[in-house]
Amino acid sequence: MSSTQKLARASLWFYVLLVYGFVFAPILASFVFSLNADRFPTLPLAGLSFEWYREILNDPGVWTAFGNSVKVALVSGSVATFLGFGAAYTDYRFNFVGKKVYLALALLPPTVPLVIFGLAMLAFLSRVSLAGYLHSVMISHIVLCTPFAMALIRIRLAQMDPALEEAAWNLGASRWRAMASVVLPFAAPAVISAWCLTMAVSFDEFAIAWFVSGLNETVPVVVLQTLQGTVSPRINAIGSLVFSLSILLVVIAQVVYMRSGRQARTAQ
Amino acid sequence: MNSLPHSARALPAAPGRRRRLVLGHRASRGVYAAVWSLPLALWQTLFFVLPLGFLLVLTFWVVQNYRLQPDFSLVNWIDVLGGASFWKTYFRTVALALGSALVATVIAFPCAYALAFTVSPAVRRLGVLLLVTPFFTSYLVRVYSWMSILSDHGALNAVLKSLGVGAISVLNSAAGTLVGYLTLCLPLAILIQLMSLANVDRSLIEAAHNLRCPRWRTVFSVIIPSARVGIVVAAVFTFILSFGDFVSPTYLGGGNPPTLSILITDFTKSGQQWPRAAVVAITMIVTLLAAVSLALGFAYRGRGVR
Repeated sequence: MSSTQKLARASLWFYVLLVYGFVFAPILASFVFSLNADRFPTLPLAGLSFEWYREILNDPGVWTAFGNSVKVALVSGSVATFLGFGAAYTDYRFNFVGKKVYLALALLPPTVPLVIFGLAMLAFLSRVSLAGYLHSVMISHIVLCTPFAMALIRIRLAQMDPALEEAAWNLGASRWRAMASVVLPFAAPAVISAWCLTMAVSFDEFAIAWFVSGLNETVPVVVLQTLQGTVSPRINAIGSLVFSLSILLVVIAQVVYMRSGRQARTAQ
Repeated sequence: MNSLPHSARALPAAPGRRRRLVLGHRASRGVYAAVWSLPLALWQTLFFVLPLGFLLVLTFWVVQNYRLQPDFSLVNWIDVLGGASFWKTYFRTVALALGSALVATVIAFPCAYALAFTVSPAVRRLGVLLLVTPFFTSYLVRVYSWMSILSDHGALNAVLKSLGVGAISVLNSAAGTLVGYLTLCLPLAILIQLMSLANVDRSLIEAAHNLRCPRWRTVFSVIIPSARVGIVVAAVFTFILSFGDFVSPTYLGGGNPPTLSILITDFTKSGQQWPRAAVVAITMIVTLLAAVSLALGFAYRGRGVR
């Protein structure tokens, strides 16, 4: 390698580090300032303190919001995973007129800007007297999360030989029996991953929740309300906690998915 | 358990029974197919298509005494689209989102290139994993974090001061908004570009190399054209996300002058101006559809039929 090539390679790597630095600067700063004793995020740091964590953990409002977030995430994650599985299986197994429209229904929601969808849900749900409750958030989050579940499970089903299920039918298994003994076990890791991912998406979503939740705020909505006020290191503490929880869900999803991938490889 | 077809065949005297059996089978298969396919179709029609359709209807309704009244009036359209300030906001929002898409594309490409062509698969996996992490930190928290980094007495200026450089003011400007947009979109743009770069035919690159094509020329004449679809799709996603975001322009851009998304939140939260908010929303959807179809038309031009 010539010295110009070496220089080019080195500057490319320096550039990549800069980009990663930009991506991670706010995340790291948030962690650091959540542990900073000073209420204003200035350098040099004032010293290590868990005060902001103590404050949010002693705030009943935060606990209520956390409870709301968990309820919403559990319900929307579960329903979205069921709907997404149905959609992925339908795409995998059946052919019918209007399948493109069906797939558009299954995949398009995340391309609509969240403000617009939030407004549409607020206007629509308040016409049918469903706005302002926790289940308004659940209904909207199911619409938003289903495509993610569908995509993830569809990728897994693509790895399954369609003849496997047909063989089960030919051997006399009913459709339901084949689903329970062939398809579901094969898709299980993707289903669990999809469940974790959709819960994480729901747990972080604030725009739609802000529009439709009324007084039943979730954690991100509380953060959004706090942002409108003054500087508060409590946001960093909440953010760091939520991040840890989301990452935990994702790591579980990853581990489950990877282990199944390894099993599939050894089985072949 | 699997003797049913057998016994049906063994009973030639009962064709009627067999037909019923087949029909019964068909019906139960129909039920089976419906159980998996219909819930999604129903749910998304009820809670995705209907609300968006209602948004269009809502633009023709009027507000009287703080209450929504069904009507067929063009007053909201005239009020919103008739104002010069709306069009200023409109074009500034489009320009900001376009700028975000352009900057993200240019910044992301060398990064995606480095990950696709210069590292081992293990390093690439780590790089991808790191790029996925931001999706699981709250975007709001990251924006708040940028607020404290970029503020006049924040970390950025502290570092600049120690380097002997004068203070700069990024917060409450278009530059601040752009920082937020890139925070939201850059990891996604890199990931999408990386996916399409990974699919570029390596033999083409080797051929160019063997023909003594310089590296930069290989990038521009071979790699970028081959990965065109992915690069455009990444830009489209950046455009969509930036166009619809109200957090960056509000908290990093200062909220004034507003963007279309800020108009929507303002119209919605201050009083019952939902029909006007709906007008803004519909113009945004139309703009997005136009932009996406233009961009994809460009990306797939000359492809498909080969």
